[in-house]
Amino acid sequence: MEKVAIIGVGQTKYERDKKETFAELVFEATSKALEDAGISKDDVDNIVSVSSDFWDGRTISSMAISDASNAYGKDITTVEGDGTFGVLYGMMRILSGSFGVTIVCAHHKGTESNMRGITNCAFDPLVERKLGIDAISSAALQARRYMNRYGVHEEQLALVSVKNHKNAMRNPLALLPMDISVEDVMNSRKIADPLKLLDCSPVTDGACTLVLAAEREAKRLSTSKKRVWLKGTGHCSDAFRLGDRDLSDTRALKDAAKRAYTMAGISDPRKEIAVAEVYDAFSHMELMWLEGLGFCEDGAAGEQMERGVFNSDGKLPVNPSGGRLSSHPVQVAGLAAMAECALQLRGEAEDRQLEDPQTALVHGINGMCGQSHCVWILGK
Amino acid sequence: MGLYDDKRRRTHTPEGYELLTLESGHIEYNFDWHLGYYWSKFLAEMRDNKRFMATKCPQCGTIYMLPRQVCGKCYVEMNDWVEVGPEGTLEGFTIVRFPYVDPNNGGMKEVPFTSIWVKLDGADTRLMHYSNEHDEKDLDVGMRMRAVWAENRTGSIHDVQYFEVIR
Amino acid sequence: MGKRVGIIGVGQTHHAAKRLDASGVELISEAVTRALDDAQLTIKDIDAVVIGNMDHFENINYVDMWAIDGLGAFMKPVFKVTTGGTTGTTVGACGYYHAASGLFDVVLAVGWEKNSESDTQAAIATCANPTLERDPFAGAIGPLATEYSMYMKAYGATEEDSAIVAARDRNNALNNPYAHSRQAVTVEDVLNSPMLSYPVKFLDMCPRSDGSCAVIFASEEKARKLCPRPAWVHASVVRHDYTHFGDLEWTFMPTLERASAAAYKVAGITDPLNEFDVAELYIPCATCGVKWMDSLWFCDHGGAPDLIRKGTFHMDGQLPINPSGGVISTNPIGATGLIRIGEGAWQIMGKAGDRQVPGVEKALCTGFGGCSWSDVMILGADLP
Repeated sequence: MEKVAIIGVGQTKYERDKKETFAELVFEATSKALEDAGISKDDVDNIVSVSSDFWDGRTISSMAISDASNAYGKDITTVEGDGTFGVLYGMMRILSGSFGVTIVCAHHKGTESNMRGITNCAFDPLVERKLGIDAISSAALQARRYMNRYGVHEEQLALVSVKNHKNAMRNPLALLPMDISVEDVMNSRKIADPLKLLDCSPVTDGACTLVLAAEREAKRLSTSKKRVWLKGTGHCSDAFRLGDRDLSDTRALKDAAKRAYTMAGISDPRKEIAVAEVYDAFSHMELMWLEGLGFCEDGAAGEQMERGVFNSDGKLPVNPSGGRLSSHPVQVAGLAAMAECALQLRGEAEDRQLEDPQTALVHGINGMCGQSHCVWILGK
Repeated sequence: MGLYDDKRRRTHTPEGYELLTLESGHIEYNFDWHLGYYWSKFLAEMRDNKRFMATKCPQCGTIYMLPRQVCGKCYVEMNDWVEVGPEGTLEGFTIVRFPYVDPNNGGMKEVPFTSIWVKLDGADTRLMHYSNEHDEKDLDVGMRMRAVWAENRTGSIHDVQYFEVIR
Repeated sequence: MGKRVGIIGVGQTHHAAKRLDASGVELISEAVTRALDDAQLTIKDIDAVVIGNMDHFENINYVDMWAIDGLGAFMKPVFKVTTGGTTGTTVGACGYYHAASGLFDVVLAVGWEKNSESDTQAAIATCANPTLERDPFAGAIGPLATEYSMYMKAYGATEEDSAIVAARDRNNALNNPYAHSRQAVTVEDVLNSPMLSYPVKFLDMCPRSDGSCAVIFASEEKARKLCPRPAWVHASVVRHDYTHFGDLEWTFMPTLERASAAAYKVAGITDPLNEFDVAELYIPCATCGVKWMDSLWFCDHGGAPDLIRKGTFHMDGQLPINPSGGVISTNPIGATGLIRIGEGAWQIMGKAGDRQVPGVEKALCTGFGGCSWSDVMILGADLP
């Protein structure tokens, strides 16, 4: 496969109630990414905007940020889903031979809108929506199913929250850096059984931009230190209705991961992946996704978490950025995860820097309860 | 039913069940959009000083009404503010006669209303606003217009009630 | 241009004001099954899926997730793209890039909308800046009506020129079994129809429809194997330059000029009026069908009325435009742009039934939406 690289990364701080408009956030992230890449706006020939009409409260959500994303005179399109899917489309456009440098920018202002109403709209109007189900209640159903099936305890879920919030303390961009204990998580307010406040990700505002380049352009415009290669990718979606699938079954993720591993030539992810950013919208999800990605047997992630395998000083650090539990701007989250891995591979992750990682895994989800997954392998 | 059957006129299923429609009833989604640095200033100037403030690109010199942070063509941040107007030239207009739902409140928009594009003196781009004329005979592209300010201004595009033709 | 991709199958629903008989998922399924049938494939042959529509019309979030069953995307790679009115062409371009990237061989691109499920203008009005532009925004018609009033003043175009375009597209639809609105109209009928928003009249304007369109793209090797006469993609260009409505140029359409010029260059077209055999253009309002001819480089600025009055773009003219009846006859917004691509492809494949233009080798397809945004796709019978 031809090679495509990430050559620039830009992020805003992830906060609540940011006062800037969508356009101002995108301009900040995009300007930073261009500066990081060391290229001018004219080196870019196309834009993939990642945004949602629902979350923005306006249709044609990418229109608001057209100027701010450097789209004037260029080819632009909009993916409505997680940032990882935006990178996928950005990469496809380069591989087609039509473009050399793609900006992928995502923005989100969760605090301006009504999260529960908006995620309720992801469910079918006929039955599920009328039950008042939303992102949190559906995730709670999934958590309970997962715990029942494998005998996982709430305390094991809590370990994810403890680890990620602690990791966030070394990430100046994160919304919720916190030094908490399992007891703190267990005592936090119950939101939807078995999920408690500290098992859930926060509503967040922010933007992130990545600059992708074809190999030829990447070598011309960037340095080997800055370049991070996109080595493999896969995406796959499960059934829609919650009742059509076993919520504890990660078959779509396994399919997506397999495609990505095959493309990247990875046969033993546990050994070959040095760091991973997975989509921990809720604490139980990190456990489920680690299993689906093949980092341990199905049902065993809780136990591995207890042994510290996924801590920053463990065998396979997961979510060194603090994960989605610490900052969760929807749509942006997958890009932020990819930004973190890019920084890690470049050696630019400052206080969070792991020791010389060569290969990273980025994971994003779309839809409720992780219906659809997108997996990326990044390498130096 | 064949693959290419035209089912547009159907009102019942083949067994005779009536085809139903689920009505959502009234749904509201509220949003609290932040206006940011540029529009907060723009609206404050309208409310407090009855004037239109535009931004000017330091690179290409384009003066933008509505002001905004980024000049799309040059991709630079604009921090030079220029007062434009208070009068301008009518560049385009349309008189809307068909009513439709107003997304702000769920009620029907009052018609007729006249939407205009006016280029305020000094600006390079046009402002969308209203005219108080509702007859095509009374408006022509090229006419000179002036803003009619509201008594009670709150920091909104409605602080200007409409533009009137200068006769 | 990169890897070569051909369209090997197209499916459309019967478009209507209201499809009582089908939920959105079922409408999508109708188009998808017809496209598979057209290409003589089964869903197993599809490697990836992309879907698009405009969210607010049906108020369903994550449509790519919701529609999995009807889309045939269960346990397949799928995602959604959406860009307002240009959604259909954006979906088409996305299908093309999937196959051109080499990652997927056979790709299903679906656009759909059930405009009957909501108030169309209210939903469209939310595209404008809520604080500064939403209130004076005169619906989708507003900017279009205004720009024609300026064009008339600048170049002497008339309301009758627009009526000629409206009558042309509407009469063409009589040959299209899928079209929503199929009525024989005269130029007089159009001029006498009620005024919606000066100078646009009722029969000048597109309807809003329920409908779906599915187009199957295949990489070169697969396309050659699976299809006797694929419609090869020669160019795909997009220019979405504006954020605020007041920034637009009005007497000509810069985005369409730039997009079409770039597309012609890629496809090696120097004399579009003569080199294209058919055009399926996103003309939402007959007034655009006059004014935008300039911006497609068919003539100089202001030259369009003359071409229109001579019948250049009628079915028996030099360059037939919208044999399908165009957007004025059928407009399920998320699908409309893709229908242009699908109809263009059928013209090349020789599958356009009663509306077939003889001997089509090159087709021009465009999309329009948002803030004067333009998408252009050029299809050809020959390999690019």
